[in-house]
Amino acid sequence: MTNLHIKQDSPVLPPQVVRERQQAAQRRKLWFYLALFGVALVAPLAVYPIFLMKLLCFALFACAFNLLLGYAGLLSFGHAAFFATGGYITGYLLSEYSGLGTELGILAGTLASAVLGLLFGLLAIRRQGIYFAMITLALAQLVFFIFVQAPFTGGENGLQGVPRGQLLGLFDLNDNLTLYYFVLAVFIVGFAVIQRTIHSPYGQVLKAIRENEPRAISLGYNVDAHKLLAFVISATLTGLAGSTKTVVFQLASLTDAHWHMSGEVILMTLLGGVGTVLGPVVGASVVVTLQSYLSNGPLGEWVHVILGVIFVTCVLLFRVGIVGWVLKLAKRNF
Amino acid sequence: MSPEFVLETRGLTKEFRGFTAVDSVDLRVQKGHIHALIGPNGAGKTTVFNLLSKFLAPTSGEIIYQGKPITGLQPNQIARLGLVRSFQISAVFGHMSVMENVRVALQRKLGNSFHFWKSERSLEALNERALQMLDEVGLLEFADTLTIELPYGRKRALELATTLALDPAVLLLDEPTQGMGGEDVEMVIGLVRRAAVGRTVLMVEHNLSVVSQLCDRITVLARGAILAEGDYASVSANPLVREAYLGSEAAVIEEAGA
Ligand SMILES: Nc1ncnc2c1ncn2[C@@H]1O[C@H](COP(=O)(O)OP(=O)(O)OP(=O)(O)O)[C@@H](O)[C@H]1O
Ligand SMILES: [Mg+2]
Repeated sequence: MTNLHIKQDSPVLPPQVVRERQQAAQRRKLWFYLALFGVALVAPLAVYPIFLMKLLCFALFACAFNLLLGYAGLLSFGHAAFFATGGYITGYLLSEYSGLGTELGILAGTLASAVLGLLFGLLAIRRQGIYFAMITLALAQLVFFIFVQAPFTGGENGLQGVPRGQLLGLFDLNDNLTLYYFVLAVFIVGFAVIQRTIHSPYGQVLKAIRENEPRAISLGYNVDAHKLLAFVISATLTGLAGSTKTVVFQLASLTDAHWHMSGEVILMTLLGGVGTVLGPVVGASVVVTLQSYLSNGPLGEWVHVILGVIFVTCVLLFRVGIVGWVLKLAKRNF
Repeated sequence: MSPEFVLETRGLTKEFRGFTAVDSVDLRVQKGHIHALIGPNGAGKTTVFNLLSKFLAPTSGEIIYQGKPITGLQPNQIARLGLVRSFQISAVFGHMSVMENVRVALQRKLGNSFHFWKSERSLEALNERALQMLDEVGLLEFADTLTIELPYGRKRALELATTLALDPAVLLLDEPTQGMGGEDVEMVIGLVRRAAVGRTVLMVEHNLSVVSQLCDRITVLARGAILAEGDYASVSANPLVREAYLGSEAAVIEEAGA
């Protein structure tokens, strides 16, 4: 060690040292993401692309949810509504208008979720804690029953055989590999939006609000409006995930709108580590992987029980989630 | 019309389910003064602050700031008008760096608080000013420290620096020296004195030596109502005030003996 003269536990380090450490951490992060990107590029050679795409869609869903819970401190119990709305709108448009580019179908689904997010947000944002969760749940149930009744959703059957269509009129998305790279691109864009949001001037204010709401108010910030924006961004990206999922599976169904789905994304986020960047990705991967392995095996009927046990164990053993726990270990040992 | 009073209340009253915490208070804070609000525990001082800063809505009464009624405004709007409060329990942003605490206050005037598409690098233009503000309260060396790691006294200093970053016309300080040792108290006295230049300060303070050193005018609150008002000499000589304070002390002694 070259910097032995610096006391490890002292909070006061020369600014220069702090800068250097920050820059080194930045570089390490960049390499790490590049490595991950490399893995994602070659992954379909080893793993079934449909599975990977499912994973990416749910990872984006969980990341969008984490923006709200981890960075704005808002626990929504109604995110299934946005996931399903994206899926249904995209599914409907692509089924009805055969010439429509897939990208436009996804865009429309995403926008619809954004509008719904704004509506939900306006109604719920003033409530705190459990009341906020309850209102979002109630609104999402309302949306669920609309989807049950509405003529365009196909009721219990859902929308099946949604055509995947063409991307920009150039790429045929019926090819799984092409579709995979498209979904990967969608995920990266969504992930980048979240990263930028967290590390933006707005992100700073959001952080301040999460840390101490009355203080943020006393500095003159309109706290409700800032929370509303986080809610809308989260709903929009959730819609993007839902729309993309519909294209992948060529299916939009009531499963997406059910409150189980809202619960599942909470589980993924908490399991991976709320308020960490990669936690939701890890959590979604674990849940999706377990679901697909278990449901094909003899334990199929026990999927929910097994997931429940894993969840409880994780929450009891490392409350900060898998990624939070790894980060803690890393901090202690380096 | 008395334009020299920057902050005024008329018949300000707050009831909590039949319990009157603040009882038709007529408070007048003169421009440029350091004005103390004192009184025994539970007198209603914090509640008055919550009313003035609009964190609570009054049951009745009016608040006038710079000659205009502000009774119907939202708390963040009050702050934007230059009436900024601190909190009895130190209020800092724990998981942000010390410098970021001050910067997030400076940021408000940039009007970019909704810009989620910009890089936070765009805030770096404020760093120099933030460091300057930290220097003024002796926190420069802690600029990159995570705020929860600061000792209590430093947190209060940071809170003051954050408040001053807004350049408020009127400062509402709720017990800035609470829970502090002698050295820190001296530091806060110095800070408040410097902060008060060109500003008006209304502060709740239990430490009477701080009050006597700093304050131009004192209002004594007891059971939600104004008991006495004046400079330190006249207030401390007032038998009613002595009784109110003795009464509460006697109660404390009785409790301890029971
Ligand atoms: N939100 C509330 N609901 C009910 N009662 C309240 C509420 N806030 C304050 N009170 C009551 O109002 C009274 C005045 O409280 P307040 O906090 O204003 O006193 P204070 O003068 O600031 O006391 P201290 O010196 O202990 O800080 C107390 O009896 C308190 O219990
Ligand atoms: Mg108080």
